[in-house]
Amino acid sequence: MFCEKAIELIRELQRMSDGQLPAFNEDGLRQILQEMESLYEQNQSDVNEAKSDGRAELIPSIKLRHCCLLRNQRCVAAYLYDRLLRIRALRWEYGSVLPANVRFHMCAEEWFSQYKKSLASFMRSLGADGLDITQDMKPPKSLYIEVRCLKDHGEFEIDDGTVILLKKNSQHFLPRWKCEQLIRQGVLEHVMS
Amino acid sequence: MEQLTHMEANLQRVKKGDAKASMHRMEIDRIRFVLSSYLRSRLQKIERFFPHILEREKSRGEGDPSLLSPEEFAFAKEYHANTETYLKAVALKRMPPNLQTVDMLKAVPEPCLDSFVFLRVKERQENILIEPETDDQREYVVDMEEGSQHLMRYRTIAPLVSSGAVQLI
Repeated sequence: MFCEKAIELIRELQRMSDGQLPAFNEDGLRQILQEMESLYEQNQSDVNEAKSDGRAELIPSIKLRHCCLLRNQRCVAAYLYDRLLRIRALRWEYGSVLPANVRFHMCAEEWFSQYKKSLASFMRSLGADGLDITQDMKPPKSLYIEVRCLKDHGEFEIDDGTVILLKKNSQHFLPRWKCEQLIRQGVLEHVMS
Repeated sequence: MEQLTHMEANLQRVKKGDAKASMHRMEIDRIRFVLSSYLRSRLQKIERFFPHILEREKSRGEGDPSLLSPEEFAFAKEYHANTETYLKAVALKRMPPNLQTVDMLKAVPEPCLDSFVFLRVKERQENILIEPETDDQREYVVDMEEGSQHLMRYRTIAPLVSSGAVQLI
């Protein structure tokens, strides 16, 4: 049946509903584009025949193929755009530099780097030196927080100049605003007692 | 924003360990959070409804103020161009000739202006026309007293929100 491959692509994304990004289904996309090409060619020849020989009974099948073409286009656009939205969410979650395993599935490097640039120039334009609005995702509850280090991260300098060594499983009492990004990256864990 | 930079400058001058420093710091954090949250919401709305927002900007009259800051407008245009380029490069240019564009206005869902919102009236309003929702209802008018709170469709009171006569809660 026509358009089945397109629906399959959409289902693939729907299965991973928590925003994860599956590998780019290059094969699936290629099959859909091939199906579209063959549908279009069939339609072209039927249209010519209908016009020249006056065969009006071809018109319903021309209409059907055209609907399938539109449906395929819509599904493909939806698939690609949904992936872009997930990639965008990654920028807000992880920051400018994505971890390697995530980047591997992306296949939208150009879009991502352009999006980063747009976002960065917007943030730079706020106020005198710019404001990073990807920080401060939650309302601040307290000034300092207790954090536990989940992996070795090396040395970490806080505002007054003290250097803290972040070793795995060490616990520290650090200013909240310095830790936020490391918490999001999974290096530190907020300990709520 | 200026308040933030001013406060951060103040903070540098206050001695470390002074109680005032923590108060200052908390205040800075709170302000920064509220500001960031506000700007984030705006950006998210722009990304979500970009074709409709850009269309409205295009058809905006000469005297009407823009709803976007110049930087937001630039961001919206870049987002639009970026997404279109991506879709074209990856899929659309490999499709049959009559299907190589996607009408963004139709493809991206419109913001639902008919959703109900809570509002508080700041200036007394008279004779607000409420459109019927179903065929059995008829249109009627309400008067809104100052300080009263209502729940109604956004579309009805949209112009009042822009003029500042009512405030969304």
